[in-house]
Amino acid sequence: MSFVPGQPVTAVVERVEIQKLRQGENLILGFSIGGGIDQDPGQNPFSEDKSDKGIYVTRISPKGPADLAGLKMGDKIMQVNGWDMTMVTHDQARKKLTKKREDVVRLLVTRKSLEEAVKHSKCSYPKH
Amino acid sequence: MDNESTYSGYSYKSSHSRSSRKHRERRDRHRSKNRDGSIRGEKSVVIQAPGESLLDADSPREDDRDDNWGETTTVVTGTSVDSISNEDLTQLSKDSDDSSALECRRYISPALGAILGFVSLITPLAFLALPQLLWRDSLDPCGTPCEGLYISLAFKLLILLISTWALFLRPPRAALPRFFVFRCLLLALVFLFVASYWLFYGVRVLDPRETDYRGIVGYAASLVDALLFIQYLALVLLEVRHLQPAFSLKVVRSTDGVSRFYNVGHLSIQRAAAWVLDQYYSDFPVYNPALLNLPKSILTKKMSAFKVYNLGEDNSTNNSTGQSRAMIAAAARRRDNSHNEYYYEEAEVERKVRKRKARLVVAVEEAFTHIKRHQQEDAVTSSPKHPREVMDPREAAQAIFAPMARAMQKYLRATRQQTYHSMESIISHLQFCITHNMTPKAFLERYLVPGPTLQYLDSNRGRRWTLVSEEPVTASLRQGHVFCLRRLDLSLIVTVTPLPFLHIAEEFIDPKSHKFVMKLQSETSV
Repeated sequence: MSFVPGQPVTAVVERVEIQKLRQGENLILGFSIGGGIDQDPGQNPFSEDKSDKGIYVTRISPKGPADLAGLKMGDKIMQVNGWDMTMVTHDQARKKLTKKREDVVRLLVTRKSLEEAVKHSKCSYPKH
Repeated sequence: MDNESTYSGYSYKSSHSRSSRKHRERRDRHRSKNRDGSIRGEKSVVIQAPGESLLDADSPREDDRDDNWGETTTVVTGTSVDSISNEDLTQLSKDSDDSSALECRRYISPALGAILGFVSLITPLAFLALPQLLWRDSLDPCGTPCEGLYISLAFKLLILLISTWALFLRPPRAALPRFFVFRCLLLALVFLFVASYWLFYGVRVLDPRETDYRGIVGYAASLVDALLFIQYLALVLLEVRHLQPAFSLKVVRSTDGVSRFYNVGHLSIQRAAAWVLDQYYSDFPVYNPALLNLPKSILTKKMSAFKVYNLGEDNSTNNSTGQSRAMIAAAARRRDNSHNEYYYEEAEVERKVRKRKARLVVAVEEAFTHIKRHQQEDAVTSSPKHPREVMDPREAAQAIFAPMARAMQKYLRATRQQTYHSMESIISHLQFCITHNMTPKAFLERYLVPGPTLQYLDSNRGRRWTLVSEEPVTASLRQGHVFCLRRLDLSLIVTVTPLPFLHIAEEFIDPKSHKFVMKLQSETSV
């Protein structure tokens, strides 16, 4: 998941669809994000490459919508409803996730275990 | 004062037995050659290698030897360089004879310089006076220009006089082994200069009885100008050139490894040596021979593990060296634990010193509370029933010395400083501190820290040092030179390294360029 400027970023992603929950006035998703291009990437505990300025999931409220949808702590969010999340500021990411008119957010997230799973599956089935 | 008495191989016998006196004369004849070498030197540590071993091959031949000579011998040697031993007192008279002859040599160079200076100062006046005295009538009258020249001449001579007094008329502080090259050069220059002026004067003015007096005055004025320039040259060569640092000298004392670094300029080796010695006396802590060695208990333990038996041979020296070599080899192979003992012994000594220091500090503080300065106003208000005894500082010092004497004595013994401080010196230091309102801590400063050597010197005698160098001592300092300053019991080894050339570059920082950003790490719940 390291970023080489000028080259396309490739990652194995999982599609996660979260239904927003209405709590009084607000629509909440039930997780917290950290990171962004205006933040300090060195303090991100979840990233492998400490210069990765992407948006990471830092906390999931248990039994919240995100938890039910299968989002895990430490996931890196690549897209939200089609909007890119790899090169955004923290505030832009927050805005994309909390649009009042949208009830559903479809995320593309990536995590290390996805890569491993793909590698495993590639190795175990012989090519024919 | 502690004087160790060591028993050495030769005997210094009492004079009241005729037989032993004959024996002594015979022995003295043997030893006369190596005795002369050690009489010189005001810090005389008489080191006599035993001329004959204890079992003398000669002695069976003499019928009248004194059988008690082993027990009646004590040789008193000075153990620390700054204490006066008995030998010093008896040889003081000899020293004064020696040094008077050598001191004349110290003053030759300044005397020469003084004569030359006097002559060169008198010369312009002589140039002016001689025509007036000898052929006054035939001189051309000389008006205002001459008077101007007279005034300038007078002031220049005054300036020469004052600056010569300020710069050059100082008693020399060191007697260097070789001539001081620059000074000799300058003296030769001045001599040549003045001599050539006199020569020209004699040929051009005195012989033909020159009548142009203004020319003569101008001639004298040019001499004084040139003398001023020579003095400028002397100032630069002797005083200013060596001020800019160019070399770093590392000075190490050979006996205990104390070292210092000094920066000096371009000097000759002998001048650098004199300068280093000046710094030595005020920077280096005093050399205490008692603090040097590993305690004997540790060193002897190495040897005592092996007992070597002689089977029926004589105890001659060949075998003993063979034995000790064998013991050394065997001890080296065996596992060496003496570092352990050294560590514990050192910790023990340190603990003892700290305990005694604590006792001393407390005793001194308490003692100082017993006296206080007598104010004049108190005399009026103190009641006649309790007249307080008014003492002068000496008596006050003696009064409060008693409670702290024992603690002081024990502390000095623990730090092996007892030879440097006699009771008299402690009391006079106490008196000094009381007079100047010093606190107990200020009084103790002298004893808690070994001070620089200068503090323990009596300044009325000169110090004799030998400069040992491979290059000639008038050579200028260069990288890699090593020279030694040796005294009887210690030597200073000086190494010369040049100071590095500095490349200093410039970087300009705009004061507006100091900007900062926060390192953010925010977490938002969505």
